[in-house]
Amino acid sequence: MNSTYTVTIIHDRDPNPSPDHELCDALTSIGRPPRSGDRLAADPVFYLKVAAEDAARIEPLAREFLAGSPACRAVVEEGVEFPERSEEEAAIVVQRRPGVMDPVSQSVLHAMAESGFTRESCQVRSARRYRLGGVDTTPQFLDGLASRLGNGIVDEWSSFGGGEAERVPDPFREFPSHGQGRVEISLMEVSDEELMRISDDGGLSLDLAEMKAIRDHYREKGREPSEIELETIAQTWSEHCCHKTLTGAVEHGDLRYKNLLKDTIFRVTRELDLPWCWSIFRDNAGVIGIDDEWGVSFKVETHNHPSALEPYGGAGTGVGGVIRDTLGTGVGARPILNTDVFCFAPTDTPREDLPSGTLHPRRLLKGVVSGVRDYGNRMGIPTANGAIHFHPGFVGNPLVFCGSVGLMRKEHVEKEVLPGDLVVAVGGRTGRDGIHGATFSSRELTEDSEEVSSGAVQIGNPLEEKKVLDALMRIRDENLCRSVTDCGAGGFSSAVGEMGETTGADVHLDRAPIKYAGLGPTEVWISEAQERMVFAVDPEKLARIEEILAEEEVESAVLGEFRGDGNLKLFHHGELMGELDVQFLHGGRPDNVRVSIPPQPRPEMPAVVGGRDAGDLLELLLADGNVASKEPVIRQYDHEVQGRMTLRPLAGADRDAPMDGCALDPLRDGSYQVVVSCGLALGMGEVDPYQMACHSVDEALRNSIASGGSLERSALLDNFAWGDVKDPEILGQIVECSRGAADAARAYGTPFISGKDSLHNTYRSGGVSRSIPPVLLVSAISITSGPLRVPGSDLKDCSSKMMLFGPEGANPGSLLQMLLAGSGGIPAPFDARLGPQLLEQMRMWIVEGKMRALHDLSDGGLAVAAAEMAFGGGGLGIDLDVAGGAADLHTTLFGEGPHRFLAEVRASDVDEIVEVAAAREIPVRCIGETNSEGILRVRSGDTTCIEKSVEELKSIWKSSLEATWPTP
Amino acid sequence: MADPVKNDAPLALVLRAAGTNCDRETVHALELAGAQVESVHVNALSRDPSILERAGLLAFPGGFTFGDDVASGAVMAHILEKRLRTHLHNFVDGGGLVIGICNGFQVLVRLGLLPAGEGEAAMLWNRSGRFEDRWVHLQAGNRECPWFEPGQRYFIPVAHAEGRFEWFPDETGAEFPDSQVAFRYSSSDGSAASYPDDPNGSYGAIAGVLSPDGRVLGMMPHPERFVRPEHHPTWMRIRSDGEIPSESDLPVPLGLSIFRRAVAVLRSQQGDLVGETETI
Repeated sequence: MNSTYTVTIIHDRDPNPSPDHELCDALTSIGRPPRSGDRLAADPVFYLKVAAEDAARIEPLAREFLAGSPACRAVVEEGVEFPERSEEEAAIVVQRRPGVMDPVSQSVLHAMAESGFTRESCQVRSARRYRLGGVDTTPQFLDGLASRLGNGIVDEWSSFGGGEAERVPDPFREFPSHGQGRVEISLMEVSDEELMRISDDGGLSLDLAEMKAIRDHYREKGREPSEIELETIAQTWSEHCCHKTLTGAVEHGDLRYKNLLKDTIFRVTRELDLPWCWSIFRDNAGVIGIDDEWGVSFKVETHNHPSALEPYGGAGTGVGGVIRDTLGTGVGARPILNTDVFCFAPTDTPREDLPSGTLHPRRLLKGVVSGVRDYGNRMGIPTANGAIHFHPGFVGNPLVFCGSVGLMRKEHVEKEVLPGDLVVAVGGRTGRDGIHGATFSSRELTEDSEEVSSGAVQIGNPLEEKKVLDALMRIRDENLCRSVTDCGAGGFSSAVGEMGETTGADVHLDRAPIKYAGLGPTEVWISEAQERMVFAVDPEKLARIEEILAEEEVESAVLGEFRGDGNLKLFHHGELMGELDVQFLHGGRPDNVRVSIPPQPRPEMPAVVGGRDAGDLLELLLADGNVASKEPVIRQYDHEVQGRMTLRPLAGADRDAPMDGCALDPLRDGSYQVVVSCGLALGMGEVDPYQMACHSVDEALRNSIASGGSLERSALLDNFAWGDVKDPEILGQIVECSRGAADAARAYGTPFISGKDSLHNTYRSGGVSRSIPPVLLVSAISITSGPLRVPGSDLKDCSSKMMLFGPEGANPGSLLQMLLAGSGGIPAPFDARLGPQLLEQMRMWIVEGKMRALHDLSDGGLAVAAAEMAFGGGGLGIDLDVAGGAADLHTTLFGEGPHRFLAEVRASDVDEIVEVAAAREIPVRCIGETNSEGILRVRSGDTTCIEKSVEELKSIWKSSLEATWPTP
Repeated sequence: MADPVKNDAPLALVLRAAGTNCDRETVHALELAGAQVESVHVNALSRDPSILERAGLLAFPGGFTFGDDVASGAVMAHILEKRLRTHLHNFVDGGGLVIGICNGFQVLVRLGLLPAGEGEAAMLWNRSGRFEDRWVHLQAGNRECPWFEPGQRYFIPVAHAEGRFEWFPDETGAEFPDSQVAFRYSSSDGSAASYPDDPNGSYGAIAGVLSPDGRVLGMMPHPERFVRPEHHPTWMRIRSDGEIPSESDLPVPLGLSIFRRAVAVLRSQQGDLVGETETI
């Protein structure tokens, strides 16, 4: 017999209590901010089901462990019951839906086992009870509030008025069980229409040509496919897994591409043929050498659709997924850095402008940041580089890019699978989470996505992944594994399918550890449950691997073995559920030639700045989310952990000024530096996608140089995020973008080493489909030897000279134009000669100690760069004289373009710098000096255009995101 | 990588468990400080607690043991309490040095190894309600101990969400004893700190505490993250030639100095023992 208890923890003994922040935020977001006199509380709740003989252990467990602190007390009730609350108090109980990951319950079970409970009889679910005293509540008010405290995709909630008895859904109820036997799908004799219905109803996201190829394949075989076979093909052929658009054939005007990526971006890497490029575009991440012994891997992924629906879980599992890419590179790289780049609609978007079914961008931003924070921090990996962009085009479909850098020895880069190797599943258990994530991400979001796709959104458990990391590093260092890969999109079907791409495998699905009974074999095979890896293991080494896994408390199971017959056979309790020919699986997808429409330039859209004061425009730009200080986000990420950081995202006199990238000391001895930066020319995509790609590459590399990197050993990643690629105009943009990225990479001699695309970023609402603005994120990684040489962007001295390097900027594609006008015009062009000249020379100046401070000109142009340099100067200011520029005042101050830096230099170095620059045909102007008054003053000849206190500008720049995370 | 350490160097143990994050940099810092270091999983130590008998120092590193589920350090403290309570007390009573950093500090408080006098303490959520990573100025306490120079000022990063030290006096209502204060947060000019110089709103702006005999130290800031001069967050502002500063250029001691001092104390104890043996 089992008994059920509810343990509620009441925090009423804290001498300095502060009200629960989530509850306060939720109240504020429904327009009823907390007031003095409110009595607000948030009680952790634990539902425990235990063997009857363990009843006496409950009270000590509650007191010593679940409370365990003089600041709180535990109240134990029998059954699912809550302690009494007063007549004046309303309550909301939020708990995870059945089947959703509840990491806290895992840890409580662990502690219960230590306390002597019979583990097999114990079940735990956690919840939170919010109490509201002194607040006028109605049922509608409480429901509205509850929907801010929980997210319907992963949570369920109940609300109770003053004194009303609290009755919640049974937290221990189970899933209905699914079919366990073999299911066949009739395909051989059906019409084309019927084929598409099968694809749509099954959520397979396959098009007609693909469905026909499958039908033909099975006609040849003379039998019908089983459900699990069809699912496997759908996963393998999904855009998410095989990138059929970017690796497909395209006719683009006069240009013909057999494989767009191979013929553009990848081709440059092959042409450059650099010996330090160790693993390129073939593993889960690209790998470059630091020296002959050590190397770094780098990969950036997206997790857009899950983050749109459940930002906390979506972003968290995005981080978890890309870390597993690092773990699954070679036979395992050690993650040493995370990056994150987000695109949202502006946080002040009015609610009435939101398409129905979407979360407000402020809620998305907060949820995504919390998800990245909680996963990254718990993994013990510094999150130290990134960016946040805002554009109205991301309403309904935000972008969440998560990156991971790993450290590994050269000997661990190669992997192989041999026939006879065991298929070993490692890490988290398999559940009904994340069914159809791969195919879900390959289609449009709609108002109903929340309903139909809830299985595709998950909550992560970073503790599980950390244990896998610790175990895998030991297994790698003892050379016990032949191959490792992660379970990402498509789950086992992709992981085992990829590893057995040439060999085939026998897999026994009933051997996989599962979270709950009733999971069907197809579900086990395609579930994307988090924190799982697959190892290929020489049977002789299995025992030692199992020993290490046990010590690190990681579960594993031998699912089967890799074979040499080229067949993938799936069994369930001995029954053959499916048999796939790996050649057809990986080579049978029909490749249809797509025809694109090359984009045409749009007409010039002059920024409407008439009558606006330059100082006001500067303030407008500084307050804009694209420019504004990201400190409230950066501080929530642990960017110091692992003790390697030599350049942080914030530095300067008050350690709150923006740097251009980050740097770390990978071997902890000062012998090498790894510099990481990114570039994303957001406003440029709709203006000119070719230039957008060039600008993004240039910005990533300028940021790298300004952060201590060098072109000598720099590599790039591409991340495409685009809308509806079936639209030939949008496909045309992608082709132009690929060409631009390739040309810019060739100009700098920097290879792309890995990439990922996220297409179908569209949102359908009210019958209208909208695509996001075109985005190419370029991430750069650079290796230098010796200690870091970097000046930082912060001003150092008064009476230094300010020098502007590079050509004039332009308005088209600038942030100013995006805010005040719209997209169009001809952007400042990328210059394949000047780009590398400038960056090579700038690196030399930095090494020679000539640069006292250096900042790239990015969003907001010269004026914003000058202000940001002053923000780190500890009271210094800048006097600029912009007379003599070729363009009008606003373009000079706020125009944007590639190849531009603003630098602080010693007065005594100016002449030499000018001379060297002239010899290399690098445009340079001495345009002002630093001052000790703390004033940013811009003159054009005799006219003063801007005169502002740096401190006041800084407070404007800092206040925008602080509105989302108020300072206590 | 650190120089290989001689065999006669004092042994330090770094205790890790599922979710420990800062074990490797803590090992590195102790090695740089001259100790011989072993990283030990709590499951291995539970199997063979005698490992403790060989060690002079036991470090509880930072991280999120067991995800900090339920409360920071709760599961780890529960496991240690159930499996190793006596061994840990014997280690401390036998003169071993113990340092708990961040999550390690939270574990020590939860276990009752700190503050270990009259009254109780708890590590609670930051007043800001969120995780914060920032460098903070510290004012060391005035008492002689194996860890810091009395009255010294330090500059070290914190990164935590549950770092608010709260004091629960016994029935006498006594203040937290000054002799057990290891570090207080301070402002950059040494005056009393308010947010954000004090990142969490601790009782008495306390950032670290000592056991009554001074041999057990718990601190929220991470000294193991400042073991080279270029770890200083604004090292670019220290020298006008743009070079990385040397240790003597720094305005504050390295966080490493805390480990060096502890290892020196262990060495001198060892030295005493060696000396005694020689005279016999």
